[in-house]
Amino acid sequence: MRDQRWWTWHIAASAVILVFLGLHMVVMHLEAIIGIFNPHGGHPIEWANVVERAKSAFFMVTYIVLLGAALFHGLYGLRNMLFELNPGSGAKKGLNLLFVVGGLALFVIGAWAAYAGYQVAITQSAAAAAL
Amino acid sequence: MLEYKGRPNRLGIWGWLGGGRWGAERYLYTLHRLTGLGLLAYFLLHIFVTSARAFGQSAWQQAMATVSGTFFTLGEYAVFVAFAFHAINGIRLVVIELGIGVGKPIEPVYPYRTSVDVQRPLAVIVMLAAAVLVVLGGLDFFVIK
Repeated sequence: MRDQRWWTWHIAASAVILVFLGLHMVVMHLEAIIGIFNPHGGHPIEWANVVERAKSAFFMVTYIVLLGAALFHGLYGLRNMLFELNPGSGAKKGLNLLFVVGGLALFVIGAWAAYAGYQVAITQSAAAAAL
Repeated sequence: MLEYKGRPNRLGIWGWLGGGRWGAERYLYTLHRLTGLGLLAYFLLHIFVTSARAFGQSAWQQAMATVSGTFFTLGEYAVFVAFAFHAINGIRLVVIELGIGVGKPIEPVYPYRTSVDVQRPLAVIVMLAAAVLVVLGGLDFFVIK
């Protein structure tokens, strides 16, 4: 029953990823064809474009939501593949612990980076506006 | 009465590659898993690389310089291709999981028919859609500047 619930979350996370990663891919990799959220032109990874996106609360929040959804979806998918190989019950417990602790640690690092990047971008934009 | 005594998933990882008279959908399943693993590996590294923006412009530019060049461009395109396949094939899997496009249940009367035949057009459509995305991505990566 619990696995069924996790599986439902796995599917729900895929819907979130489809929307936000789809947007991320369009912004980052179809910039020459579609070209959105790159107001300074050139490549999307140029610092000016990064700051423009990073100072937006919308992008900061969606990065964190995408991070959580992708970590859960990816790590739960990997866990299922490993569990299919019939590990012993001790190994299963160890893998569960590894994925939960590792996933949470990666989420904290990524969420911190999104928030800190947001602060850096806001500070830099304010400094540029003051000049 | 037959009693099942073997271990489940007897074929293990080799079962991803073959093991019966499987249709194209079985290989889409294998590809879905392989692309999923590839995307996960990339994503875990991506978290650390893109965290550089939290340390300001020079850290960001240094991180981006580290992952630039032909090798990384090709790798990035491979990630885009994996994303295109995994995302669009994933839509197909969810649609089928919800019982859409699998046909109505029928009595098992010889010659037997399989639901996979009903699902096949969906598989073809999503692969064509993925191919369109892959081509668009290729144009953006390598042709249009």
